[in-house]
Amino acid sequence: MASKTIHAIYNDDDLLLHAVKQVREARYHIGEIYTPFPVHGLDKAVGEAPTRLAIASFLYGITGLSVAVLMMNFMMVQDWPQDIGGKPSFSFITNMPSFVPIMFELTVFFAAHLMVITFYMRSRLAPFKKAENPDPRTTDDMFLMEIDATNHNVEDLSKFLYDTGAAEIKLIDNK
Amino acid sequence: MSSHYEAPIREPLVTGEKTYHDISVEVGAPVLGRANKTWYVVFTLALIAFLWGLGCIIYTVSTGIGVWGLNKTIGWAWDITNFVWWVGIGHAGTLISAVLLLFRQKWRMAVNRSAEAMTIFAVVQAGLFPIIHMGRPWLAYWVLPIPNQFGSLWVNFNSPLLWDVFAISTYLSVSLVFWWTGLLPDFAMLRDRTTNEFQKKIYGILSFGWSGRVKDWQRFEEVSLVLAGLATPLVLSVHTIVSFDFATSVVPGWHSTIFPPYFVAGAIFSGFAMVQTLLIIMRKVVNLQDYITLLHIEYMNKVILLTGGIVSVAYITEFFIGWYSGTSYENYTYLSFGAATGPYAWAFWALIICNFVVPLTLWVKKLRRNILWTFIVALVINIGMWFERFDIIVIDLSKGRTPSSWAMFSPTFVDIGVFIGTIGFFFVLFLLYARTFPVIAQAEVKTILKSSGEYYKNLRAKHGDDVPHHAESDPTAKEPAANVQQKDAFLGSDSSKSTHEATVNADALGITETQKDQLDAMLARIGTFNPETEKADNLQKLDGVGPVLEQHLHQVGIYKYDQVIKLTKEDYELLDEVIENFPILANRGDWNAQATELKNK
Repeated sequence: MASKTIHAIYNDDDLLLHAVKQVREARYHIGEIYTPFPVHGLDKAVGEAPTRLAIASFLYGITGLSVAVLMMNFMMVQDWPQDIGGKPSFSFITNMPSFVPIMFELTVFFAAHLMVITFYMRSRLAPFKKAENPDPRTTDDMFLMEIDATNHNVEDLSKFLYDTGAAEIKLIDNK
Repeated sequence: MSSHYEAPIREPLVTGEKTYHDISVEVGAPVLGRANKTWYVVFTLALIAFLWGLGCIIYTVSTGIGVWGLNKTIGWAWDITNFVWWVGIGHAGTLISAVLLLFRQKWRMAVNRSAEAMTIFAVVQAGLFPIIHMGRPWLAYWVLPIPNQFGSLWVNFNSPLLWDVFAISTYLSVSLVFWWTGLLPDFAMLRDRTTNEFQKKIYGILSFGWSGRVKDWQRFEEVSLVLAGLATPLVLSVHTIVSFDFATSVVPGWHSTIFPPYFVAGAIFSGFAMVQTLLIIMRKVVNLQDYITLLHIEYMNKVILLTGGIVSVAYITEFFIGWYSGTSYENYTYLSFGAATGPYAWAFWALIICNFVVPLTLWVKKLRRNILWTFIVALVINIGMWFERFDIIVIDLSKGRTPSSWAMFSPTFVDIGVFIGTIGFFFVLFLLYARTFPVIAQAEVKTILKSSGEYYKNLRAKHGDDVPHHAESDPTAKEPAANVQQKDAFLGSDSSKSTHEATVNADALGITETQKDQLDAMLARIGTFNPETEKADNLQKLDGVGPVLEQHLHQVGIYKYDQVIKLTKEDYELLDEVIENFPILANRGDWNAQATELKNK
């Protein structure tokens, strides 16, 4: 049996947020929500787990710092411990102040870029990726909620959604 | 329903009775519409300057640095002056998007996109100078620690010039991804709004398939926040490292521990001045006065005042310490009695007047809120900050420790040409950007519309904080097509409907009842549009009609070529009265004839 989805379109973010709470209370399953801008508190209302990108970024930053330390220690202290303008290249720590700027920059570089790449990979964003929002108005001023209608009475579900303030309701057959 | 508490003392950040849709239309308009003559004129000028500069660069590289005005004493002059100047300008962009994000300043949202674009384009200009001022720029790749056939000969990590390489490339690349990530939802908006197949394809590629899911937005906001947290120390570190080029030297006047914070403050000072210069013109040219308001300009002026104050304190400190140190060499530094009276006195006083005296006028509220004066002050600061770098570099070098090597510097036409070329290149990039990129972060502005929009602020002032901010209580939120669908919905009829013609939705235009009656009369003559049975024509095909004007025409009930054909002279006069910026006859030509032609196509 083909599964069915209902697309409920709202024209207001507050209305949407309210509707999400009602839909979840009524134990309907929200498939996905498409919004034109970040609606504050929507991820909590839908029950999304917090993202761990910040943790990833922290780890990438530590990686960057290690790369900087290992690189400069090898090049300046191990490989060619030369006297350049009287700078003390005896050990890493004796000439450390000179290395701070690059240690800092590489930390930021790794933390920023690897986190952004992680974000693009996790959210599946890439240059030739096809957009997946079902209605083009969801990037303009409409808010679309997908609800799994399989095993539900479509009439009742649409009536329920109208009562939550949906402006348009569509039944989609997933082939 | 959630109420949006916002202190009534705050002025609105979005003026006019905007809806979410209006924001999309008006931000998209410069991209989806056509460029006007002014744009082509300015673009051509910028392009000529750029090509001239390119010629000068090629001449320098192929002939030798000797074509510049440098001498054995003054080995750095316009090249590094311009480098520091451009890097400094670039700092405001990151400051606006990162630091103001951390401080949750809502006013940043209308200006951050352009400020970031400015950052990127300015850093690109800055990045040219470290390469072209090299004697052998084709060996520039030697600054990178790449394993090689010289027994793996490495670079020297003690040099601030190498730190510069890391700082500038990190800064440019991180700013770029920060900017681009923020652009994804806006490119997606353009992708979904355009009717042009080519544009759809391009913005489809640029938007990386952004779909606006809840999870995407959650990650998007986290990424923005973390990037802001990383970019803030980055922006401080980059100009700090640039200042190390001077501060770590032993040259009197350069060797100064105040340089790192002082350069950063100066960078923000000059960067904001450049943002003002650009935005004051841009808001006018692309009709975004409702988003970049006088309030934004005033806020930026306050930042200029603050950073200008910091810079002034630094000047006084330098001047004082030069005297207090008791070192005779310090009498020839760029901020000393010697400099104020010596051969470069004009440069000294140019710096004091442009950066210290003129910005003080911004303390006066009347002047701070005066757009023309702001523009003048911003230009003066741009000039002054160029002189600050010139003074630091050239005056300090011109009178070093050995009087026998004292020298003066005068630039050649190649020095000047390269600088003009970078200004041209900057404007080429910025003008192309203004025509192809959404210049305002519309997704972000939509998030503050309800808290800081004029319409909603007025609603709260009238009805208290708990008024439901739904679209249905907002008569401007819908076009007639939406109103009709609404009846099918279980939302009930729209209470705001008056007895006027149903296809007119002109409340957003702020017109009188008489004018509405006149519109009704006009529509009775030219016919009305029924969204249930008819499809609206693409009115943007008419001369002078862009996305915004089309929206206004829809608001007065004009949707079809058939209606345009029947417009009379009186109707045009009425439309001119009702619609702001209605094109004059010369710009629109004969719409009736055009509409007939389009209809028969």
